[in-house]
Amino acid sequence: MNNEPRPRLSRREVLKWFAAASAAMSVSELELFAQSGTTAALARKGYGTDPNLMKEYKPSDAWPLILDAKQRLTVKTLCDILIPADDLGPAASAVGVPEFIDEWVSAPYPIQTADRPMILEGLAWLDTEAQKRFQKGFAALDAAQHRAICDDICNRSTTAAEFKRPAHFFLKMRSLTAGGYFSTVDGWKAIGYVGNIPLATFDGPPKEVLEKLGLEQTVK
Amino acid sequence: MRILLNSNGGKGVANSSGLVGKYIMDTVGTGVNGHIPMLENCPPHNEDGAGGSHFYSPWWLYQEQAAGKTDFPRGYHIEMGGSRNMPMGGNPVPDDLTLGSYGSKFKEEARRYYGSFVGYACRGEMIPNEGSFCELDPTVKDKWGVPVLRWHWKWSEHELKQAAHARRTFSELIQAMGGTVRTPKSDDPLSYIETGGKIIHEVGGAIMGDDAKKSVCNQWNQTWDVRNLFLCDGSPFPSNADKNPTLTIMALAWRTGDYLIEQARKGAL
Repeated sequence: MNNEPRPRLSRREVLKWFAAASAAMSVSELELFAQSGTTAALARKGYGTDPNLMKEYKPSDAWPLILDAKQRLTVKTLCDILIPADDLGPAASAVGVPEFIDEWVSAPYPIQTADRPMILEGLAWLDTEAQKRFQKGFAALDAAQHRAICDDICNRSTTAAEFKRPAHFFLKMRSLTAGGYFSTVDGWKAIGYVGNIPLATFDGPPKEVLEKLGLEQTVK
Repeated sequence: MRILLNSNGGKGVANSSGLVGKYIMDTVGTGVNGHIPMLENCPPHNEDGAGGSHFYSPWWLYQEQAAGKTDFPRGYHIEMGGSRNMPMGGNPVPDDLTLGSYGSKFKEEARRYYGSFVGYACRGEMIPNEGSFCELDPTVKDKWGVPVLRWHWKWSEHELKQAAHARRTFSELIQAMGGTVRTPKSDDPLSYIETGGKIIHEVGGAIMGDDAKKSVCNQWNQTWDVRNLFLCDGSPFPSNADKNPTLTIMALAWRTGDYLIEQARKGAL
């Protein structure tokens, strides 16, 4: 599974997602997991100029991707637990979300480097926990075993003290996975975004929306 | 202003009034977002236009203000928007509303909450004050050795009270729709009024007037001191209405152009 070819997630796409996802970042998360030498060193050194958006970059051209095969497999497994294939649309891994997360943890920018230790720690925790409970790596567990672990860490506000850090990681991964997934054409369908089309006429809000809200169209 | 102040060997030009750099203004800005349960699970529909391009509320309390019922002068307009817009990389679903869910349940919840948020923003008039100005920095220079500007900013009670009024108004609108205000509450307007310069409607600094001692330009954007020096940007604004300044800058520049041609023909420049 980890031999599958690198998907076509363009550099332009990665940067676009980054810009929007960074804007949604919560300050408390940054503070909780703020570290480190890496961020401070980058701030001093800088990370060079912006990529040339007219150029076709391949993954790893702009910065090396840091996830190894095992970590990528854990990311892919978790992404598809968070957003599986169902009647609303394909799984997260079918639209490039694991690759987006690989870019996210590898990128040199301050917000991404601040997330990196939390995500790497969380990925390692999933495997350790899976070994401890089921003597297998996280990716090799079955659905019930996945649920057993995820149910313990899926709610930051009610989780036991021992799961607090994994719970922050889980929420961060859910947020990144949702951000990536719902910005794709399949994700738009899944969430119900139907705009970005030319309209020859505008006929007001659809009847079913007015009915649900108990409103009448008064402007003709 | 930087060019004017650095000209003439650092002595400055067009500044006999001493007002170049003074009375800098921006727009008063603050915003409130809310969650409207009634909008949850709406049938998917195209709402791309639900924003500033299609609706806008001008200042509506002229009469109350004239009757002394508002605690601040001038006013603000409201810009507002829905949330069924194109998801572009950020998580469109707030974490706190969907805590504990993952899998197909999370996808259903995302669909449920998507589009159920509204946002209101105030864009209001700032009254010029002595505490908002720029000057040449006595120590910091750019890489060519030219002094940079140093900025000073002060919101007066007029702007702070206006921002507080806007927050109250927007919260009431959200509650009237049965919604919950999601923007954190605060009693300190300085914590939520946008920083000076943030709305990027910076104007003033070489204000227009009818007295050469109290202004930098005349009504034609022509500096009092230098007759062939015209300032065709936002610097001659002596006040900053709640409207975005670009069209006014263009209209004044047009007027300046007509005047300039006329004066040039007369040989008066």
